[in-house]
Amino acid sequence: MAKITYIEHGGQKHEIDVANGLTVMEGAVQNDIPGIDADCGGGMSCATCHVYVKEDWFPKLPNKETGEDDMLDQAYEPKANSRLSCQIIVSDELNGLVVHLPEKQA
Amino acid sequence: MIKTDVLIIGAGPTGLFCAHQLGIIGLKCEIVDNLDKIGGQCIELYPDKPIYDIPAIPKCTGEELTNSLIEQIKPFNINFHLSDRVQEIQKENENWRVKTLKGKEFSTPNIVIAGGVGSFEPRKFPTKSAEKFDGKSVLYSIKDKTIFKDKSVAIFGGGDSALDWAIELSKSSKVTLIHRRDEFRGAQSSVDKVKKLQKSNKLDIFTKYSIKDVKGNGKLESVEIKDDDGNSKLISTDYVLGFFGLIMQLGPILDWGLNIDKKTIPVNTETFETNKQGIFAIGDICTYPGKLKLILSGFHEGALAARGCFKYARPDEKLRFEFTTTSKAVQNRLGLKND
Repeated sequence: MAKITYIEHGGQKHEIDVANGLTVMEGAVQNDIPGIDADCGGGMSCATCHVYVKEDWFPKLPNKETGEDDMLDQAYEPKANSRLSCQIIVSDELNGLVVHLPEKQA
Repeated sequence: MIKTDVLIIGAGPTGLFCAHQLGIIGLKCEIVDNLDKIGGQCIELYPDKPIYDIPAIPKCTGEELTNSLIEQIKPFNINFHLSDRVQEIQKENENWRVKTLKGKEFSTPNIVIAGGVGSFEPRKFPTKSAEKFDGKSVLYSIKDKTIFKDKSVAIFGGGDSALDWAIELSKSSKVTLIHRRDEFRGAQSSVDKVKKLQKSNKLDIFTKYSIKDVKGNGKLESVEIKDDDGNSKLISTDYVLGFFGLIMQLGPILDWGLNIDKKTIPVNTETFETNKQGIFAIGDICTYPGKLKLILSGFHEGALAARGCFKYARPDEKLRFEFTTTSKAVQNRLGLKND
């Protein structure tokens, strides 16, 4: 279990306990957090679960797998700390993770 | 005006198999899809990626699955209306009158929405200022490349479309290619080619830059780009092209008075009918308790929706349940010769 903070573009904060093994995307979708669409359902084929990982957390996450950056090219306003939240799997180590949601996903 | 028993929106696997099930029970259908090819997400998002969870098919690609479904519905001679989108629907007596973007009209008692997550549209620049040039000098696809002759063109993107057009247009235009990172995801041969063109000063490349602003009063004059540290650069240009792939948008479906729950349409699980009589939703676009976004679920949903369409298409007839293995009537519909 990890406490994950999702911060909407407008500043609204959501602190959610997400079970290990789920993805950061699923944590948002299952708790009705607006701002993550996840159109493809977690298949790394749409770039609508795009998040900005808080800078100090970014290097602590497991590296991107092949293909994630290719999808991020197609995200709305990608930055250096962009990730697809469907590719971040929750574990105890992620307790305290903070992600910012982009203005929109598409 | 085309009269049909059922109009299917979406030519993905779910729509195709629903067409098969309609054919089996003797109903005619027409299929409209926004893409220029049959197959939906299977063909647009993952034609080469293997799928492992189609019952009785241990492994197949999105393209193979699509081709098999096309083969399976061949006996029914179904009409496809590709590169077109259903725009408006209107109730007219017992039927729905349907209009497409290209002006085609249908009259049908049943509409089956098998639209996946929506229709594919090009992803646009986030910059507000790009909107006023949209379709004129800010473009997301190219219909006539001659308009770029002897002009300057700024191309954004790192995939095959961006690279291919950069190479092609560099023959007779001043091309600047801009991409948000050093790596390009297009074919290696194309990447090599643009780098070679850069060396011989046939085109400019800026990597680790993204769009900041487009400028011009009435006529596009320049595009401003920025890097991650906020440094910006101004590039004067006549055209700005963006190739960021496709996104899926529900589009006009939102205006038809259907209940919508988080981009999906609630249905009853007996016939997959929506809150509107004669409008059904199947596949990724429908939702109900326990919904799984799997292709196999779409097949099941299509089979039931087809039966749901029967009562509106043939109000005076009773639908008899038949197996393809034993029913002469069904085998006739499949074009099989019976002894």
